[in-house]
Amino acid sequence: MSIDVSQFHATFFEESLEGLDVMENGLLQIKSDVPTDAELINTIFRAAHSIKGGSGTFGFMAISDFTHILETLLDEVREGRRVLDNHSVELLLKSCDCLRNMILAAQNGDNIEDIDTSSLVTGFRELLGEPGAAESAPKMEKTDQESDIALKKWKISFQPEPRILLSGNEPSRLFRELKTLGQFQVSANTTRIPDFDQLTPDECFIDWTLHLTGDCTREEIEEIFEWVIDECQLVIEEESESRDLPCIDDIATPESDGSNTRTVADNPTPSANSNKTPPGTNTSIRVGIDKVDSLINLVGELVITQSMLSELGNNFDMSKLDRLSNGLEQLLQNTRELQESVMQIRMLPISYAFNRFPRMIRDLSSRTGKKIELHLSGENTELDKTVMEQISDPLTHLVRNAADHGVETPQERLAKGKPETGMIQLNAYHKGGNIVVEICDDGKGMDPARILEKAREKGLVTGEQVLSDQETFELIFEPGFSTADSVSDISGRGVGMDVVRRNINSLGGRIEIESEQGKGSTFRVHLPLTLAILDGQLVRVGAEVYIIPLISIVESLQIKMQQVNKVAGGMLLYRLREDNVPILPLYSEFGIDPDNRELDNGLLVVVEGEGQKIGLLVDDLLAQQQVVIKSLESNYHKVQGISGATILGDGSVSMILDIPGMVRRAFDQRNKNTVGNHQPRAA
Amino acid sequence: MANILIVDDSASMRNMVMTTLQSAGHQVKDASDGQQALTCAKGGKFDAVITDLNMPVMNGIELVQNLRLLPSYKYTPILLLTTESSDSKKSEGKQAGATGWLVKPFNPEKLLATVARVLG
Repeated sequence: MSIDVSQFHATFFEESLEGLDVMENGLLQIKSDVPTDAELINTIFRAAHSIKGGSGTFGFMAISDFTHILETLLDEVREGRRVLDNHSVELLLKSCDCLRNMILAAQNGDNIEDIDTSSLVTGFRELLGEPGAAESAPKMEKTDQESDIALKKWKISFQPEPRILLSGNEPSRLFRELKTLGQFQVSANTTRIPDFDQLTPDECFIDWTLHLTGDCTREEIEEIFEWVIDECQLVIEEESESRDLPCIDDIATPESDGSNTRTVADNPTPSANSNKTPPGTNTSIRVGIDKVDSLINLVGELVITQSMLSELGNNFDMSKLDRLSNGLEQLLQNTRELQESVMQIRMLPISYAFNRFPRMIRDLSSRTGKKIELHLSGENTELDKTVMEQISDPLTHLVRNAADHGVETPQERLAKGKPETGMIQLNAYHKGGNIVVEICDDGKGMDPARILEKAREKGLVTGEQVLSDQETFELIFEPGFSTADSVSDISGRGVGMDVVRRNINSLGGRIEIESEQGKGSTFRVHLPLTLAILDGQLVRVGAEVYIIPLISIVESLQIKMQQVNKVAGGMLLYRLREDNVPILPLYSEFGIDPDNRELDNGLLVVVEGEGQKIGLLVDDLLAQQQVVIKSLESNYHKVQGISGATILGDGSVSMILDIPGMVRRAFDQRNKNTVGNHQPRAA
Repeated sequence: MANILIVDDSASMRNMVMTTLQSAGHQVKDASDGQQALTCAKGGKFDAVITDLNMPVMNGIELVQNLRLLPSYKYTPILLLTTESSDSKKSEGKQAGATGWLVKPFNPEKLLATVARVLG
């Protein structure tokens, strides 16, 4: 056979893993005290059923066998013969994990049989009340019975019900198949055919007596009638001696070619093999059809604009200048919309990252004995695929922390007069070109005194430093800081909050803490929508143009000398309302010859990074525009204070400033030069 | 060669059936649930329909019932893709008007043989 089913493996793995997520999510919605929604069970069943069907078809029998047991249980639930209790949900959830491992093993080309399913299988057997012997899964095909049989004569009387034609079963089709089994004669009984005026063409009033001679078994004959067995009276008898009947070769159908169905099966065109790809090598992305449609629309508009411009260009004279500038305007708009649409393709709903949390919280609560309810909102907020992949781990860490350190035990909660069940809320929303993800718990909150004590112990804070609560909270992001008294199974394993913050920062995001003792904590993660494009403010210093990410700009102002203070070590501070903002002249940072070195009336762009503000002294503010980020590291090498580069409209290269890096630099200098307030440093 | 509609919510199964049938020279269109299939069926004439049973939106049984209501699909062969564990589904499918079934798991040969069985 020339069709290689391995070409479908990649799709199968992908949809099976998705199916498992669906199952898991469904299972997590099942509450033992609430009657389960039938559609929910159906959804879970359907997912299991598809995995079983696919795995069997694509040759992963171990997966198919195992899913078969799951499916049996789910089928009983679906038909109302069983109620899912906590134990069976637990077992099913573990099976999801096990199946996921099996599918991943298959995807990696590992041996699926190595994955031990025996304890789960035993668990299911006990639930189902079946004997321990593993039930054999459906075989690929029924093995043909030994065909070492002498010629047999069969008499078959076949009386179909009138409605048989309405199921698409033509008796002539059955006869055609019988003919493949041996020598075949058929006689029709037409006595039941009603008078013409009572005849309905939809119905069949003929019955047949068939004689078949061949080395075929009863089962083979029955198989041919398999589909119509409920719609006919069928008697199959073995005849002891042959009877001569006139041969009616043309049986009710003009098509009597004996070259049967196998012709097609044995000689398929070999084309299917040519596009064979190794399984599981490509990562793919699911894109909503509406996004693709909008792209196609935009490309259509772009083509129209292009043809208009090229027509203009063919015989251009100055009288057409207006049309040209209109056309260019339109091109600009098309390009921008196209760019936005293409970026949309990379956007995924944050539910991809959130989906793992219900399961995690469930596991954590059962392990810690805490009662925790998880609330998700804004799951449809979209985020760039790369950002999503990189934010998953930090988010997981934060949610774990909330469950482990935040929410108290039921006894503690009751003693404090709080509801027994703790609450963790995950919320995602857009805010000013950013995505904000909030992880919020109603647990015990953070104790500034305890954090401070710990920080002193670790030498992160010196004795005489006075810190506000907010500054104290920031200390938990310091490397090596962990307040968990003992390292628990769940969190506090040393991979600390410093890594969380570093990961978030490396995505161009930041994290904020709000906490009130006894009431709970909120961690707010601000993330850029995408990593590939940013809204930038172009600034000029001397002959150089730099780009400042718009998102980090607080405000731009003209310096008034009376607001400038000089502190020890030559550091200049600008008094901006309540803040003292260090001034960082870009010309000195990058060693450029500027137009202006005077502070008075100079242009100061106040930017914020890692919760700190600094002022960048520039010569001029130019346009604001979206820029495509090109990696400096892969094209040149890493440069301190620069996060990337871009190519401007005139073809020149411009550097994108790394604001958090600049902030760190400014405060490093300040810390070196002064012994003022302690400022937490990032890792 | 025949014009066949394949309905399954599983993309891998759909791909496999499509590729196999196409390799045998058939014209194949696909749909991922019953509702979509019904729309397809109304928009053209298929010589055979192969459908999965468990699907969201509209399942295979409902699809068969709805197809049989259409004059042009009164006698069209409709095959159900089913598993051995759903024996009751077979008779339910028959009641709805399905021609026959193909038991999962099946291989490309079996699929082609079964399809050839129903095509006149």
